[in-house]
Amino acid sequence: MAHNILLVDDDVDYLTAMRLQLESAGYHVTAVESVAAAHEALKTLTPDAAVVDLMINEPDDGFIMCHFLKKHHPSVPVILVTAVTSETGLDFDASTKEERAWIKADVVLAKPVRFEQLERELSRLGVEA
Amino acid sequence: MGPLRVLVADDEAGIRHGIARALRHFTLRLPVVEDEIRFEVQAVDSGEAALEQIAAAPPDILLLDHKMGGITGIDVLEQLRDKSLDMLVVMITAFATIETAVRATKCGAFDFIAKPFTPEELKETLRKTASHLLAQRQARKLAEEKRRVRFDFIRVLGHELKAPLGAIENYLYLIKAHQAGPDVAAYDEFVDRCMARAEGMRKLIADLLDLTRIESGQKQRDLAEVHLGDIARGCVEAMQPAAAQRNISVHLESEGELLLTGDRGELEIILNNLVSNAVKYNRDGGSVHVRLQGEPDRILIEVADTGIGLAPEDAARLFHDFVRIRNEATRHVLGSGLGLSIVRKIAQLYDGTVGVESQPDAGSTFRVSLSRSKPSR
Repeated sequence: MAHNILLVDDDVDYLTAMRLQLESAGYHVTAVESVAAAHEALKTLTPDAAVVDLMINEPDDGFIMCHFLKKHHPSVPVILVTAVTSETGLDFDASTKEERAWIKADVVLAKPVRFEQLERELSRLGVEA
Repeated sequence: MGPLRVLVADDEAGIRHGIARALRHFTLRLPVVEDEIRFEVQAVDSGEAALEQIAAAPPDILLLDHKMGGITGIDVLEQLRDKSLDMLVVMITAFATIETAVRATKCGAFDFIAKPFTPEELKETLRKTASHLLAQRQARKLAEEKRRVRFDFIRVLGHELKAPLGAIENYLYLIKAHQAGPDVAAYDEFVDRCMARAEGMRKLIADLLDLTRIESGQKQRDLAEVHLGDIARGCVEAMQPAAAQRNISVHLESEGELLLTGDRGELEIILNNLVSNAVKYNRDGGSVHVRLQGEPDRILIEVADTGIGLAPEDAARLFHDFVRIRNEATRHVLGSGLGLSIVRKIAQLYDGTVGVESQPDAGSTFRVSLSRSKPSR
C-alpha cells in the first residue's frame, strides 16, 4: 500500500507543487495549510511521515507541530522544512542526538527544498513510495 | 530600579566614612528614569583592593583617589581601560593639577572632585555622573532595540522574498518534468500561479521602496496644494477593472473643502492602499464606499468595505510591518504585509491618525485623518 505523507505548509503554491510531485512518485498525500487543519487530519489519520514547515502562521508553529507529532505519534518520522536558517544565520539541524532532542524532527531541510531531496530523505527514513 | 552601586577607593579613612555618610540617605530624581535613585556605598583603601572588587562585581560609579599607598588611581584607570566596563569613574584629587586631569581623562575618567569637598559638592558630582551613566545606558538600549527591529525586518523580508521565488521554481520544475501530461492547457493553472506570485513579489518590492523612501527622508517631497478628491477619483477609477471582475461596486462621496498641502505621490499611496485592500478583502458582489470629509483643519478619509472583516486582536496589530492576518478567509489573498504600515507612516507626516473599525464577516472601515497644512518630516 502506498505510504501516506502529511504535508503542512501555509504557502498554498508550495503545497500544491509538493503534493503533485509526491503523488506522481506514488505517495498518498494529505496536504494542509494550517496547524489546526493538521490536528484535524491527525484525528483520523496516522501518516507514515510528516513534512512540516517551520513558519506556518507564527514563526515557531513548526516546532510546536513537531513536538505534538513526536508526543502523540512517536513512530512517525518528521521532516522540518525551513527557510529560517539561511536568513538568520541561526544554524540548527537535526544531525546530532542532542539537536534531535529539542528540535523533535528527524531531518531539517532548508527551503527551497528540491523534490529529489525530499524523496531521498523519505526513503532514508524508510518511507518509500 | 535598584540602588546605584558606588565604590570608593581612598586610603584616607575619613574620606571613606565621609562619603558613606553623605550618601546614606541621599536620593536623586532624574528625568531619564521614573524611580528615585538611591546609592549603595562600598569602600576599599587601595588601588589593588579596588581592582579586585571591580573584577568580582563592577560598581556603577567608582570614586577613585589619585594618590594611594600602593598603585595610583591612574594605574587603576589604565588597567580598567580595555575592559569596557559599564561604569563611570570620578577621580578624587588632593591637588587638582591640570596634568593629572589630562592624564586621568585620557585614561577614561568621567569627572573630578577636589579634596577637600563638602557633601553638597559630592552630591552634585554624583548627580551629574549618575545622569550621564543612565542616559548612556538608555541610549545603548535604544540602539540595541533599533538593531533588533532592523534585523527582524530583514529576516521576515528575506522569507517573504524567497517564498514566491520558491513557489515559482517549483511550478517551473513541474512544467519542465511535464508533470501534468502532454496537454498544454493542463499547465495554465501553474503558469497563472507563477504570474500571481511574481506580481506579488513586484508589489512587495514596490512597497519596500516606498517604505524606504518615507523612512530615509531622502526623497525630496513635492509639496503643493492638492485636491484630495481628484486623487481619490483617480484611485477609484484605477481600481474599477479589478473590482468589476468580482462584481464589487466602488463609490466615492465627498463633502467640504478637500484642498490640502501635501505630496501627491504620498497621498496616492494612502488611497491606493486603502481602496485596493477594500476590494481585495471584500466578498464577490460586495461594495466599497470611499468618503472624504473636509473639516476646518483636517481631512478625513473613510474607506468602508463589505468584506471579511477582522477580529479585534488582529485590528490592533494591523498597521505594523509584515503583519498579515492569516486565516481561512485570507489564505488566497496575496499581499506584502507592508501596505497599512506605509499608510500609517505617511499619515504621521501629515500629523495624522489611522484607525480601523471592523466586524468579522461584515466588513471593515478604515479611517485616516490628515492635517490640512502641516506636512512635516
